[in-house]
Parts: sequence; C-alpha cells; structure tokens
Amino acid sequence: MNSFPEKPRPRVGLLVTCLVDLFRPSVGFSAVKLLEDAGCDVVVPEQTCCGQPAWNSGDRADTVALAKAVIQAFEGCDYVVAPSGSCAGMLRKHYPEALADEPDWAQRAHFLARRTHELVSFLVDVRGMRGVQASYPGTVTYHDSCSGLRELGVKAQPRELLASVKGLSLTELPEAEVCCGFGGTFCVKYPDISAKMVSDKAAHITSTGADTLLAGDMGCLMNMAGRLQRLGSPVKVRHVAEVLAGDISAPPIGQGEGEITR
Amino acid sequence: MRSTAHAFKENARTAMADPDLTKALTKFKTGFPLKRAQAVAALPEFEALRDAGKAIKDHTLAHLDLYLEVFEQNVRARGGHVHWARTAAEAKEIILRLCREAGAKMVTKGKSMVSEEVGLNTALEAEGLEVVETDLGEYILQIRKEAPSHIIAPALHLSKEQVADDFRRVHTHLASDRKLSEPADLLTEARVLLRDKFLNAEVGITGANFLIAETGSTVIVTNEGNGDLTQTLAKTHIVLTSIEKVVPTLEDASTLLRLLARSATGQEFSTYTTFSTGPRRADDLDGPEAFHVVLLDNGRSALLGTEMQEALRCIRCGACMNHCPVYHAVGGHAYGWVYPGPIGAVVDPALLGIAEARHLPNASTFCGRCESVCPVRIPLPKLMRLWREKEFEGKLSPPAQRWGLGVWAFVARRPGLYRLATGLGMRVLGMAGAKRGRFRSLPLAGAWTAARDFPAPAGKTFQELYKARRTGVHHG
Ligand code: SF4
Repeated sequence: MNSFPEKPRPRVGLLVTCLVDLFRPSVGFSAVKLLEDAGCDVVVPEQTCCGQPAWNSGDRADTVALAKAVIQAFEGCDYVVAPSGSCAGMLRKHYPEALADEPDWAQRAHFLARRTHELVSFLVDVRGMRGVQASYPGTVTYHDSCSGLRELGVKAQPRELLASVKGLSLTELPEAEVCCGFGGTFCVKYPDISAKMVSDKAAHITSTGADTLLAGDMGCLMNMAGRLQRLGSPVKVRHVAEVLAGDISAPPIGQGEGEITR
Repeated sequence: MRSTAHAFKENARTAMADPDLTKALTKFKTGFPLKRAQAVAALPEFEALRDAGKAIKDHTLAHLDLYLEVFEQNVRARGGHVHWARTAAEAKEIILRLCREAGAKMVTKGKSMVSEEVGLNTALEAEGLEVVETDLGEYILQIRKEAPSHIIAPALHLSKEQVADDFRRVHTHLASDRKLSEPADLLTEARVLLRDKFLNAEVGITGANFLIAETGSTVIVTNEGNGDLTQTLAKTHIVLTSIEKVVPTLEDASTLLRLLARSATGQEFSTYTTFSTGPRRADDLDGPEAFHVVLLDNGRSALLGTEMQEALRCIRCGACMNHCPVYHAVGGHAYGWVYPGPIGAVVDPALLGIAEARHLPNASTFCGRCESVCPVRIPLPKLMRLWREKEFEGKLSPPAQRWGLGVWAFVARRPGLYRLATGLGMRVLGMAGAKRGRFRSLPLAGAWTAARDFPAPAGKTFQELYKARRTGVHHG
C-alpha cells in the first residue's frame, strides 16, 4: 500500500482587485469560500491596485511601481487568483511587458505571471472542480468579459460550474462576446460611445428574458448594472462568484437595502 | 485628404445622432463577422495560415530594402517603371507628370486607399483632368463628394435608397421614373455609364494589394472586375501603392490571398484576382502600353525597427473594423481620416502625428476583438497603448484626466494612505447610497452618470472586513 504524505494545500494569494475591495466585498468572501472548497489555503496580502488604469493610460512609471509592489506582496504564494479576468490578465500578460527593461524584475514578473489565474478558470482548470454545492432559483444570462475571454480563455469554465447550481437555468446572451463599453477609463473619456455600447448590451440582456445577469468582472458588472437600472430594468446583476459560492446575502449590484428583490 | 481626427469626439457625436448611419451599422456589425466566422470554420488550417501570413510579412519587413530592390529590378526587366515617393506631395507630382506625358484628359481609377491617403483626385482635378472612380462604392462617394467610411466597403454607411436618390440627381439624362429599387439596378446603371469612360480614358490608376518581388507583378483583388478594365483598356497603367505591400514570391502572395478574402468578406477567394506584370508584350491580346508603379513611403519607413513595425504587416482586410464595437457605434467617418477602426487608430497617429490623432488610440476599450481576428496577428491594442505612452510622455492628454489618474496612482502607491482614504471614502458613499443602492448623479462622475446609475459601495472595504473577521473583531 502506498503511504505517501498527503499533498499539501496550495497557498493561494487572493488578489481581491480594487473594485471588489471598495465596492463589492461580498465577491471577495465568495472567492475565499470557493478557493477553500477547492482545497486551498487562502491569504490576503495587503494590496491596493494592480496598476491597470495607469498602464492603459500610458503611464509607465506608476505602472512599474504598482507592479513591483504586487510582485513583492504575492511572492510567497503558490498561486495568485483574482475574481477578475482583466486584473489577472494584467499580471499574466502585461507585468512582464511593463518590466521588460529591468531583467531581475522581468524574471520575477514572469514567475508571478505563470502562477496567476482568474478565479473561475483556476477552480476548473487548475483545481479540477467539476461542480459546486449551491442553489439559485432563477434564469440567468452570462456576459463574457473581454480580457478574461480573449487574454485568458475564460468561456467554458463558468458555464460548467453554473450548470451544477441547483435551480439555475442559463439562457445564452446574444453577442455575449461583444464588449459592454466599460473599458476602464474609456467609459469616462468617451461617455457617449460607451453609453451607446452599454445600451446595445442592455437590449440584448433584456431580450433573453433572464432575471439575473452574471459576469466575472466588477467593472463590466457596474457598467451594465448602472445602465439597466437607469432604464428601469428589474434584472438583478451579480458577480458569478457569489452565485457559485451560494452566498447572495448582499443585495444585487446597485440595489439597496430598501429594495431587496430576493 | 484633410484630417478631422482631432475632432473625433464631435464627429462621433454627430455620427451617433444619424439614424441612417445607425441603421447601416446595425446591419453591418453582425453580417461581416458572421461571414468570416463561417469561412474560418470551414478551413481547419486557418490558424496555421495566420501564423504563416505573419511570418511572411515579418520576414519581408526585416529585409524590406532587399525585396523592394528586387521588385524594382523585375518591373524594369519586364519593361515597366518604378517611381519612389517619399511623401504624398511627391506621389502626386509623379502621377501628374505621368498623366501629362500620356496626354491624358480622362483618368479611370480602381479602388485605392493610398490614393485617398495622398488626396490624388483633388490634385488631378485641379490640373483639369476628368477623374472617374470605377468601383461602384467609390463612384457613389465621388458623386456625393464624400470619403470612404471603410477600407473595403467604402460606401457601407449608405442605404440603397440614398444611392438611388443620388443617381436620379446626377444622371439627369436618364428617364426619371426608371426603376432603381434593387442593388442590381444601381449596378447596371453605373456599369453602362462607366463603359464609355473605360474606353476613352488615357490613363488607368489602380492600387495594389500585393507586390511580388520575384516576378515584378502587382496584384489587385476586386469583386466587380472594374479594376481589370481600368488597367487593361487605358494606354497607361499607373499603380499607386505603398512600400510595405511587397512580398517575396508568388507562393507568398497566394498564402496571403487565402487569408485576405476570408478575413475581409468571408469569401474563399475574391471574385477577381488580377496580376499585372509589365506593359503589353508584342503577342499579348491586350494590356497597357506603359506600366508604372509609384511606391509611397509617407512615414512608413520610420516605423521599421520600432515596436510599431508590426503595424506594417497589415494587408488591409478590414476585419479589425468589422469586429470593432467602437467602429460599430460611430462608423468610419468619425475617425476623421483615411484609415478608420483599430488599424487606423494605430497608423493614423504615425502618418498624421499623435497630436492630431491622439483620440484614435484612446477611443478603445482594449476589448481585443480586433487582435483576435487580424489575419497577420497585429497586436492592435498593444500598439494603441504604445501611442498612449507617447501621448502621456508628451503631456498631450487632457489635464483633468492626468490629474485624476495622478491622484489615484499617488494613493495606490501608498498602502497606508490607500487604506485610510478608501476606508473613509467608501464609508461616506456607502452610507449615502445604502438605501437605494445607487446614485443617479455624483460629484466628479458626470461622465458616468449621464447614461447610467452608479452602484453604491457596501460601506466597508473587503480588506477591512476580512481583517476584522480574521481577528474576530467586529465593528458595528
Ligand atoms: S490590422 Fe489586421 S485585421 Fe485590420 S485591416 Fe490590417 S490585416 Fe486586416
């Protein structure tokens, strides 16, 4: 009989992302729960922002400073996991680019990049999760956020886990792969164009008849929730992690305590 | 062509308020992507073909001087002429001289974006030449005095009703009650009118999709066959194109042609692919007596050896704009210059200067759909971002934006300050928004709240709450 010691639990650093940190702590707690269910030890190093706004605005100096801080904060972790495709993409794809001129740091950035994952794809692809213990009575539709989809290949994983949620049925969103118009600073630099894009998105969401919209990135979710609510739509908006973790105690995004609809 | 790229925001606003344009774009934005997706699905080796296309272009660009010289030698060996133009002005001068030497009164033209880039028509007309665009889309734009709004579908922004109105307005010699309700009616009417022009023009000017170094040939693709008539019926054929179009061999051109049609229109191959190799030989049945190739640089060679060089791989298929949500929202004219969409956002700043074109690389969400379909794998978002770096370094971005970003970065670089500032800020916002869960307006957030509500935060940050849970401390 084999008597090898049990595989140690990987130490996962949660890159909570600044939008979740500031606006939606419940997503952070859902991520912690899902990671623990997947057999990980979760740590939350002190953190601010991954530097994406600076990088996308062409501000290399601030990007480099923030990237170095993140690299240092997470160096002791086996994995870095973020409940966001765009922040995970920032670490995986863009830190090595941003630090390319400093060989020591570039190497550390590459090492971090290879250990960084978006939450749901990490659960499925790295931890082999095939389902969750959760229930959500309702019809949901799912928007594929751009960075997760195209930089990291997040597409099938959330659908696989959502299929195991009791009571939940998924109606696919037409043009689910088209950008919602958030784009970080884009939505305030070009508000008219962004508004047109998110209006088209809202029309598609409404056309599905779903009562809930899910996605994996807070920026997109806040954008779509904000537009749906401005239009008076009753569609509830949540981060996919909340539904997968079975924790919907927080009101849907943009809905207050005064009007909790479920 | 005169640029209005600096006025992108205003252009975009006007465009989005135009119901005809919105209708045209709504049809366009699903049509082209669907056709491409079908063509790609039918060709298992498509991704490998993209790698091959990229490799051909990378190799050629690394040895561009060599292949251009070989091309020139082979054009000469077959009795043609090559002219080098550093700038748009030089290109126009050369072509005017060639037209004068040919004794031209009328010039027919095939579709050419480089001709738009240099503003050729205006220059020729100023010399008293009659210029006739022979591509149906370009012909329509010519009678409307408009610029193309797309690099392969120049009149995409127009409906067939608008075109029918234009034809009735301009073709006054025809019966006013004739039927013009179908696209075929319009095409036939234009064809009949153009036939005369083809026969009478002394000079035919076309662009080129590729130049083949080993044979000295130029290649064009069209779906109407107008390019063939333009270049074979006139006595003089002038090809106006740019230096990055050269590829080493016929085989290379074939590889790129397979990519081009599928990426552009979802066709397996364009309807007409025409190779021109020198003037008519003694035993040829037809062809021009003189064959000239004008090779334009206009700022391209300055990109060689820089990170921007990758943009020169472009084969002008239009797939990036066909898949761009910003292009879908505003259309091509809003970009304000010849090349719209993602590739325009990358090359326009190079050709016009970043001060003039600064909006274009900024007006992107970096959704990455363009890069995911580009047949030669140009990392368009990355190149747009590099322009933003240039702009940031040159302090060209608006002060309010720089200030906002600066404050955020200052705070984010100081974890203690971040903790303090965000803890306080979120508490205030959270309390103010707790009941309703969102704000209809917020100070400094007007751009956001013009069209959407702003979700209120929970009141405490995740890091505060997490620490409290870990240490068992509970604040109210
Ligand atoms: S950048 Fe790529 S997708 Fe866009 S026109 Fe050029 S080759 Fe086509």
